[in-house]
Amino acid sequence: MIVQAFAFYLFAGILLLSALMVVTARNPVHSVLFLILSFFNSAGLFVLLGAEFIAMIMVIVYVGAVAVLFLFVVMMLDISFTDLRKGAMNYVPLGVVIGSILLFELVAIYSYWQFSPSTENNLALPGGGFEGIGNAHAIGLVIYTKYVFAFQVAGLILFVAMIGAIVLTHRTRSGVRKQKIEEQQSRKASDVVEVKKITPGTGV
Amino acid sequence: MMETLNIILLMPEIFIAVMAMVFLIFGVFQGNRSTDALCRAAVFSFVIAAYIILQTNWDTQFALNNMLVVDSFSSIIKLIIIIGVIASLGLSVKYLHQERISRFEYPVLIMFAGVGMMLMVSANNMLALYMGLELQSLSLYVLAAFNRNSLKSGEAAAKYFILGALSSGMLLFGMSLIYGFVGSLDFMTIQNTLSSLEAIPPGLTVGMVFILAALVFKISAAPFHMWTPDVYQGAPTGITAFFAIAPKVAALALIIRLLYVPFVSIADQWMQVLYFVSIMSLLFGAFVGIAQSNIKRLFAYSSIGNMGYALIGLIAGTEAGVSSVIVFMLIYMIMTAGSFAVILCMRRDGIAVENISDLSGLSKNQPILAYIMAALMFSMSGIPPFAGFFGKLFVFNAAVDSGHYLLAIIGVLASVVAAFYYLRIIKIMFFDKPADLFDKEIDVEKRIVLFLSLFFIIGFIFRPLFVLSIAQNAASSLF
Repeated sequence: MIVQAFAFYLFAGILLLSALMVVTARNPVHSVLFLILSFFNSAGLFVLLGAEFIAMIMVIVYVGAVAVLFLFVVMMLDISFTDLRKGAMNYVPLGVVIGSILLFELVAIYSYWQFSPSTENNLALPGGGFEGIGNAHAIGLVIYTKYVFAFQVAGLILFVAMIGAIVLTHRTRSGVRKQKIEEQQSRKASDVVEVKKITPGTGV
Repeated sequence: MMETLNIILLMPEIFIAVMAMVFLIFGVFQGNRSTDALCRAAVFSFVIAAYIILQTNWDTQFALNNMLVVDSFSSIIKLIIIIGVIASLGLSVKYLHQERISRFEYPVLIMFAGVGMMLMVSANNMLALYMGLELQSLSLYVLAAFNRNSLKSGEAAAKYFILGALSSGMLLFGMSLIYGFVGSLDFMTIQNTLSSLEAIPPGLTVGMVFILAALVFKISAAPFHMWTPDVYQGAPTGITAFFAIAPKVAALALIIRLLYVPFVSIADQWMQVLYFVSIMSLLFGAFVGIAQSNIKRLFAYSSIGNMGYALIGLIAGTEAGVSSVIVFMLIYMIMTAGSFAVILCMRRDGIAVENISDLSGLSKNQPILAYIMAALMFSMSGIPPFAGFFGKLFVFNAAVDSGHYLLAIIGVLASVVAAFYYLRIIKIMFFDKPADLFDKEIDVEKRIVLFLSLFFIIGFIFRPLFVLSIAQNAASSLF
């Protein structure tokens, strides 16, 4: 128990600190690196909760793909981050006010939180038979059966996202010289070479 | 676990999704010259989907492990959505060419948005609701940015996307609170759990308010309407027409199902929220609309105001209220389709003009167009022989019957104020000095939409009870 509590405070503490650094670091590359650190720590929190599958997804997807993409964008795009930041401090008081109101409300909700009398009963409805198997195994059991609809529609959403990315970025540019192997190979000497008789002394 | 897949009930959605994928493949091989053919094929697929819906049994049935429900409410709303999607596809066929944004992804994205809307309407589970909503919204974000050469289009899409993502976040947060309290995402289970409560805990109310806020954003009702004018103005006009016609109906139907199925027993909680939202929308739509000079922005404020009327019917909380909302939305959708057909005709020398003053003297230059627009505007402002009057009448009637006099009075007053800007359009068309001619050529699709909407708003008075009885049939499946 002590170990768990220690691990929780360690992960949560580093998570909060690195999240703070993400928004305050001057160098955007440092921000992204702190973001990766915070992802790792939240993955640690998920492991503590017993959700090891989500923890692994967190590391693979967020750290492996999203954060690396961020890093690419930050390094490739020619954006002056100091200019972007100019004037951002003006919004701090308003942000603090809204943030503290939200925090107050959340504390108010969660400290008086009560479950409905039938919550346990409701929770038991979909599950059952998941004792003693791991997260990934349990998800595998339901994702193609009970939740097949959500799974398929998620596929459609990703499909639309892909179409959207192509629609918004793909341009057919004219004047680009590409190698067209078909054309090269089907070219015959008779199509392009012209033999002309030239009488001496007249020129072409 | 496999007991209730019942996948056959999803035939219309599956059909459209598969056709969209086929069209995409076809478009990839044929290139952008196939756009027209694909738009027509998309219209045809929606017609087939409507036929499938008409052929299926409308008794309440559940599909895919209670994720979705098919009943007369969802079927009728799906038919209305299909009419709206077909109308907006028809309106934009020519427009895409005129603006040189004729790309084959357009019909494909519209079809996916259509699938999303139809799934939203059928949702019987918070998860299904979210998935349908996101499928629809994501397609709409892309469509808003469809004209890449226009800075405004990009700006509109960015605003829409960021605010839409924020509202999705609120939706998910609200859902998590509801799930935390009830322990289930299923609408029926939530309904049963909530109906046996003695006291309503604050967490539940907060969750419900978050969900409502996110959905009210989608129908652009007042405190969450900021995106509407900018997106309407910035998006290409053909796509604005689509935004104004179809997604509103779907989102409103979603709200109706959510309020009357899972949250029915905490009605006195959500009524307060909607009361406020409705009055705000009525006032914003009426007063801010007066100051507009751009006709697309004007219609944005008009839609904000009209959502206020629709919510009045919901606050009534009765079966008559819900059916009045359905009739109101159908009429509003058809009037909007007609009005946007006229707006799309506003072109000079091949360039679209968008100011209200550009309409001046239209009655001299193109009398038929001017008279149709006049009829549409009279109908929008709710002047008797036209359909728009009946839409408002049914809604106010439902509100008065359930004792919400104040709301009905504010609604009537707001509609008087809003009548100013509708009638001003008529005044500009008929009594102002003629401006330069518009391009005369109007394509067949626009003519069809114009005349069908005119036919509907004039013909409604002869058969109002027929439409009302269909809406009552839809509403009855929720009670």
